[in-house]
Amino acid sequence: MAVHTLSYVQTAQADTLPPPLLVRGPIAWVRQNLFSSIPNTILTLVVVYLLYVVIPPVIRFLITDAVWTGIDRNACREDVIHRPVGACWAFVADRLSYFTYGSYPIPERWRVDVFFALMAVGIAWMLWLKAPAKGLGALYFFVVFPIASFILLTGWSAVGLTPVPTAFWGGIMLTLLVSIVGIVFSLPFGILLALGRRSKLPLVRLASVIFIEVVRGVPLITVLIMANTMLPLFLPQGVSVDRLLRPLVGVSLFSAAYMAEVVRGGLQAVPKGQYEGAMSLGLGYGRMMYFIVLPQALRIVIPGIVNTFIGLFKDTTLVSIVGLLDLVRAIEASRVDPIWAAPTVSYTGYAFAALFYWICCFGMSRYSIMVERKLAAGQRR
Amino acid sequence: MTRQIASMALGLGVGLLGAALATGASAQQTLANVKQKGFVQCGSNTGLAGFGVPDAKGEWTGFDVDYCRAVAAAVFNDPKKVRFIPLSSKDRFTALQSGEVDLLVRNSTATMSRDTALGITFTGVNYYDGQGFMVRKKLGVSSAKELSGASVCTQQGTTTELNLADFFRRNNLKYEVVAFASSDETFKAYDTGRCDAFTTDSSGLYAERLRASAPDDHIVLPEIISKEPLGPSVRKGDAQWADIVKWVGYAMLNAEENGVTQANVDQMLKSDNPEVKRLLGTEGKFGEGIGLTNDWAYRVVKLVGNYGESFERNVGQGSPLKIKRGLNALWTQGGLQYGIPVR
Repeated sequence: MAVHTLSYVQTAQADTLPPPLLVRGPIAWVRQNLFSSIPNTILTLVVVYLLYVVIPPVIRFLITDAVWTGIDRNACREDVIHRPVGACWAFVADRLSYFTYGSYPIPERWRVDVFFALMAVGIAWMLWLKAPAKGLGALYFFVVFPIASFILLTGWSAVGLTPVPTAFWGGIMLTLLVSIVGIVFSLPFGILLALGRRSKLPLVRLASVIFIEVVRGVPLITVLIMANTMLPLFLPQGVSVDRLLRPLVGVSLFSAAYMAEVVRGGLQAVPKGQYEGAMSLGLGYGRMMYFIVLPQALRIVIPGIVNTFIGLFKDTTLVSIVGLLDLVRAIEASRVDPIWAAPTVSYTGYAFAALFYWICCFGMSRYSIMVERKLAAGQRR
Repeated sequence: MTRQIASMALGLGVGLLGAALATGASAQQTLANVKQKGFVQCGSNTGLAGFGVPDAKGEWTGFDVDYCRAVAAAVFNDPKKVRFIPLSSKDRFTALQSGEVDLLVRNSTATMSRDTALGITFTGVNYYDGQGFMVRKKLGVSSAKELSGASVCTQQGTTTELNLADFFRRNNLKYEVVAFASSDETFKAYDTGRCDAFTTDSSGLYAERLRASAPDDHIVLPEIISKEPLGPSVRKGDAQWADIVKWVGYAMLNAEENGVTQANVDQMLKSDNPEVKRLLGTEGKFGEGIGLTNDWAYRVVKLVGNYGESFERNVGQGSPLKIKRGLNALWTQGGLQYGIPVR
């Protein structure tokens, strides 16, 4: 019997059919994620409606109807240019140098630029994970950079830098300065305080606990008002501590206390075996902390540290309450200028501040997510 | 300029404490200190249209700022030898009491309690302000007394709100208060037609009007319903420094009265008018009497200008605010500004 090729067995494999549209692909995604149940469907519709209500006017205000160029209030007035006026970016453009440098004397502003550059180098060095000579970078960021910036910004006649009193400092420069001082001082102080709080020496522990609990029990704003309104009354006549220095010290101590608690959380999360292992290798306290415990503890609390930095960065606006012209205060002082009096000028100023803070804070949070992923690759759950 | 009652109370409390702590110190040494420092430390506003605002270069300008510059011109012959500390309404008097500033020119209302209990002295009044009303032109109202039945936008918890109630009650007028928490909100509400009238200090009315969507549709009514004499203040107990600050103000007024301006002050040195001669120091030794040189007033006018020039440049016709002189006209023009003669 001749073997016939029986036609009911397929010789070649059939083409794979695309998955049903209802299981994969955009329609399926929408069904699964947005309309999977009646409550979800309602929520989706509500959110879409809210976006529809909010986004077009915001875009219209910030971009479509915005005024980009002009020299005074007439550029941003509906009754002068006869069209709807959104954000008055011309105002921000005109005052940008004031918002950046405050009243810092114009011929000396290059010094602020150098300060910005030094800060950028320091931050990049610290943040870039694969950067060479990290130890040197830390030395630069925590020792060289603060000293160099201090000399640069306040001036030193001996090296030909005209002294510039802090009364002239302001704007973004001041905002960044207060934040960076807070960050540079709070991290080392915070680590020391956290170690102190877990120390076996009763006096050290007591001092750390008292400091941390007192500072954490007081709102930052009271510290600032105490520093700038009450302190001068208690000092003898003629003795006055610099108006900027007082809030700087306040902010640094304040954030150090918070940082200490964050770091302590990390120290407690390191398993006891790590401590014991280090001790059994014969490492002393300092080496144990430096080589074994702190690297692990700090990695665990990176999100907490960055969170504290973001909080600190935004808290710096509080210095405006004690008469320092930080970015927000500089905008507020300028927006009342009759030269730029127009209905939308104030909103534009605040929109600019919001944009600045959002970019900075969003950048910080993205960075912390990236670092977390890289450092915790071995522990991902 | 609307003063929050709460902040006033706080300011007063802190001030009393300050006065108690700072008694007796620093007699007669402010001028020497200022000369040694090389600049006048002036407490200024944190930003008030026409009175103290930073310009695009970061230099402070304004009517109050000019007063500080005039003092610097009298002491140093250089209006730039002055540093400004922007002070909030809460810490302004403390800053003066503690010696952090030599002089406070920050649209502060002179009142008896401040002048007597806070350890500070008001040296005069550089701007007579007071609460007023703004309405839409199309309302056809020309006096605040015609505002019966009107709704009035005002800021919550301020003296403005209290003055408003007093005024309407005194005149037996019906009204409806629409109060808001911040001054921005208040004006926005008025501008969008929420109320018929808007009330705040009259200098503030002019500043807010500029921010209206159509400034020309609004008028400021002539009535002033409260007294807000704004003036510079110094620490109590240093008569010499108080004299300097006081007489810089009078010099600017006398210069205006006698027609001495920034432009013609050099020709005026040759004037035969005895008042001008005494003012500019070509006759008498009045400057030396207050610890300065005799050409002190010449320098003030030359470098800053007379009262009228400063007024017009910052808040008057030369500025977008276009505030009329009103009470701040010279006494010869029907106003209240009266320069005590130099003789």
